[in-house]
This record gives sequence, C-alpha cells and structure tokens, in this order.
Amino acid sequence: MNNALQTLGFAARFFMMILAYSGQSFRRLHLTIREIYFSGFQSLLIIMVSGLFIGMVLGMQGYETLQRYGSSEALGILVALSLTRELGPVVSALLFASRAGSSITAEIGLMKATEQLTAMDMMAVNPIARVVAPRFWGGVISMPLLAALFSAIGVFGGYLVGVVLIGVDEGAFWSQMQGSVDFRLDIWNGIIKSFVFGVAVSLIAVFEGYDAVPTAEGVSASIKRTVVYSALAILALDFVLTSFMFRGV
Amino acid sequence: MPADCLVKITDVNFAYDDRSILKGVDMEIARGKLVAIMGNSGCGKTTLLRLIGGQLKPTSGEILVDGQSVPQMNHGELYAMRRRMGMLFQFGALFTDISVFDNVAYLMREHTDLPEEMIRDLVLMKLNAVGLRGAHHLMPSELSGGMARRVALARAIALDPMLIMYDEPFAGLDPISMGVIGQLIRKLNDALGATTLLVTHDVQEALMIVDYVYFVSDGQIVAQGTPEEIKASADPFVHQFVFGEADGPVHFHYPAVPFEQELLREVAGA
Repeated sequence: MNNALQTLGFAARFFMMILAYSGQSFRRLHLTIREIYFSGFQSLLIIMVSGLFIGMVLGMQGYETLQRYGSSEALGILVALSLTRELGPVVSALLFASRAGSSITAEIGLMKATEQLTAMDMMAVNPIARVVAPRFWGGVISMPLLAALFSAIGVFGGYLVGVVLIGVDEGAFWSQMQGSVDFRLDIWNGIIKSFVFGVAVSLIAVFEGYDAVPTAEGVSASIKRTVVYSALAILALDFVLTSFMFRGV
Repeated sequence: MPADCLVKITDVNFAYDDRSILKGVDMEIARGKLVAIMGNSGCGKTTLLRLIGGQLKPTSGEILVDGQSVPQMNHGELYAMRRRMGMLFQFGALFTDISVFDNVAYLMREHTDLPEEMIRDLVLMKLNAVGLRGAHHLMPSELSGGMARRVALARAIALDPMLIMYDEPFAGLDPISMGVIGQLIRKLNDALGATTLLVTHDVQEALMIVDYVYFVSDGQIVAQGTPEEIKASADPFVHQFVFGEADGPVHFHYPAVPFEQELLREVAGA
C-alpha cells in the first residue's frame, strides 16, 4: 500500500515535470513530430482495420435488433452514436495502449537499461525534455485523431453492411444520422474522451518506461503494467466521463 | 585548493540507505593528469564518478570541481559544469536510434549554434581521431564492442571537455581493442590538454598509460602512487590486485558458515 502511494506520488511529480519541460521540448518541434509519426501514423493500419470491422459488426447486430421493432432505418443513428460516444474513443485508446504505449515503455525502459538516459543527463541534456515529453505529447496529439478516424471508418463499415449488403435505405441511413448526431454532445464529447485517454495512456507509458527496473525482467514487467494499467484507466475514466457528459440526455 | 588541482575530494562518505559505500575518501586530481581509480567490483569506484558528475550527493564531505562545490550546485549550475565534462560509460551508452555521426554530433547540436557544415567537419575530425571516420554512416547496432567504445569516446570529447571520465573502458574488450582504447585515452588527454579520470579494474592496461593511481577497497583509499610505486608496493592488497591472486586481504569466499557445518546441517522438512 505504501509502495503504491509512493509510486502514485512519484507519477504525479513526474507528470508535473513533463509539463514543466514541455516548453523546452516544443522548441525542438521535430522531436514531437517524429513521435506523432511513430505513435500515430504507424498505428493507422490497426486503427483503421479495427474500426472497419467494429463498424461492420455494429451494422449487423444493430440491424438484427432494430428490425424486430420495425425501425431498421435508425441503423445510421445507432452506428454513429455508438462509435462517436463510446466505441471510437475507448477501443482506439485500448488499441493505442497495446500498439504504441507498450513500444514507448519498451523504448524508454531499454534506454534506461543501457544507460542512455544517464548518459544524456551527464551531457547536460535533460532526458525528460528530450525523450519523455516528446513521446508524451506525440501520444496526446495522436489519440484524438486516431479515435476520430476510427469512428469515421466505423461508420463506413456500418454503411457497408447495413446499406450495401443488407439493403437498409441509404437516404434514411444518412439523414437520420445527420439529424440525430449532435456536434457538441456527441462528437465533441468523444473528442474530449479520446484526449483524456491520450493523456492517461501516454503518461502511463512514459512513466512505466522511466520507472522500469533496468533489467530484462524489469522492462518486460513495465510493458505488462503499461497495457494493464492503461486498459483499466481507460475503462474507469470512460465511466466517469460518461456519467458527467451524458446525464439524462 | 591548489591551482593545479582540478578535482578535490575531502572526507567524502556515501551510503545507500544503511549500506555504507564510501568511507572518508580523500582524493586530489591534478590538472592535465591521467589518474586511475582501481579496485575490485562493488568497491565504490563508479559511485565516486557519479559523485563527481553530480548524479549522486555525498552523505557528508566536500567535492570540488574547478573550485566549485558539486553537492551545492543547483540544476542549472550542474548542467553548466557537465557541459565541460565528458563521460564514457561502461558499455558506451550510444543512442541506438541514431547513426554514429549523429551520436558524435549530438552534443554540438544540443549545446551550440554551430552551422551544420562546421558540425560535419568537427564530427569527422573527432571520428578520425578514434580511427572511425569511415564508419560514420553506420548504426550503433552494426558496430563491434570495441568500435562502439571508440565512438562513445569520440562523443565524450565532442565539446573538448576539461575533465573526461571513463567508467570501465576496457571491460569486455579483446587485447587489441584494449590496447587501442588505452592509447587513445592517453593521446586524447594530452592532445586536448584535458584531465582524465579512469575507473578500471584492468591493472596491467591502466598502469601502462596513467600518471597516478588510487586503490579503493571496501569504500576506502587503501593505496596510492605512481605506476612505478604501485608495481613496487609491498602492500598486501595492492600485491594481490596487481598480480591477480585469488586469496589475500580480499577473500575468495563470500562470508558464510564453515563448509562442514553447512554440509551437516539438516535440511528443513527432510
């Protein structure tokens, strides 16, 4: 218990240090852009393919349930709201944690194990400004973009199954979606969620890497913790955010 | 502190929690000299380097580098001092995601506003000094152990430091690479007019190149002198260390109960 509290305190101080050194890090913008490429761009494939399949499954399951009540035209609303409010931010964050979060932890952990972080510090180069902050911001910036793309591709997947394969009316699919999806309530809240998940996953990933025991087992345990803690944090934060955002709406 | 003394360590004690690592260490490193700190593994040699570099703070005692107290420096002052230091880590600690060229250019790009053409010339000059100009395009994963150590050496001298510290530069190298690194350490110290601190347990290699030696055992300085004095020393620890004897003041066996007693002890639950 004591250890957990200590680690939590250290993580909070670590987060403040990342924020404090972010200005220094942004002066070398190419470092953050490089991390957006590694965390964001290189996660595109897994995010797009997963989004497509989840949208297709939603289209299929949604039609199955809606047609029982004779309201299969509402399929567009169901697919779009499920994706923008919940599945887009949550599933893309879970995928991001396992694809990019684990690799950030492994990279920083191995840099620590091979004394690269110590060497940097001895060269009067701050490892938090040079290594940690760009990776953190790379994740925070990438996450909402990936979630938005996930939702967009998911809607397309729902369209493919619902309209093209099953034959739901195309006009009803799109127009009902357009009429019922609210920008502030649904899309904006989804973006806020994915931003919060981005902060949580990126912080957990860089912290676990930086705090890793500098051995093979230590780095492996840190990667495992990144994936487990990120998943728990995403799901818990999702509950909290949802209860604030969608009260009785 | 005498003007010709770059590093002065006075009555330094250091402990990790309750485990005492250094006990009352006094040391003076004269400017321009190549000084070795020798001792068996775990005796506190690397800790001493980390204290001088300000990565650790002593429990008590004073560490002066170029007249300034390292433990009392704030973050900015510490980084200003470290820009005048070069350090070579035990396994090189090269940045694995960038090339040999970029590793050596790293400090120049971080700490200076030099144009890229000048950085290129300087990097090639440093790499030429360690004999690896032709390997500037390689990635660290493509280098042998000895080559990686030489690149790390070029990186450590990138900004012509006043103090160069080497942590076990000979560890794990073949005899040829060892000789090459040893000669480079001596030549670079003299050519740059720097002061060099060399932590090693490789006695024969170090005694050929250094000006002065400190022997550390169990956190204390047990002997010191020029290589000639060390070779002629009658001190039992120095003798054991220089001639690599298995037993002496440093015991072969880790402390344990007598062997007979251990063998006759009943195995719990048997």
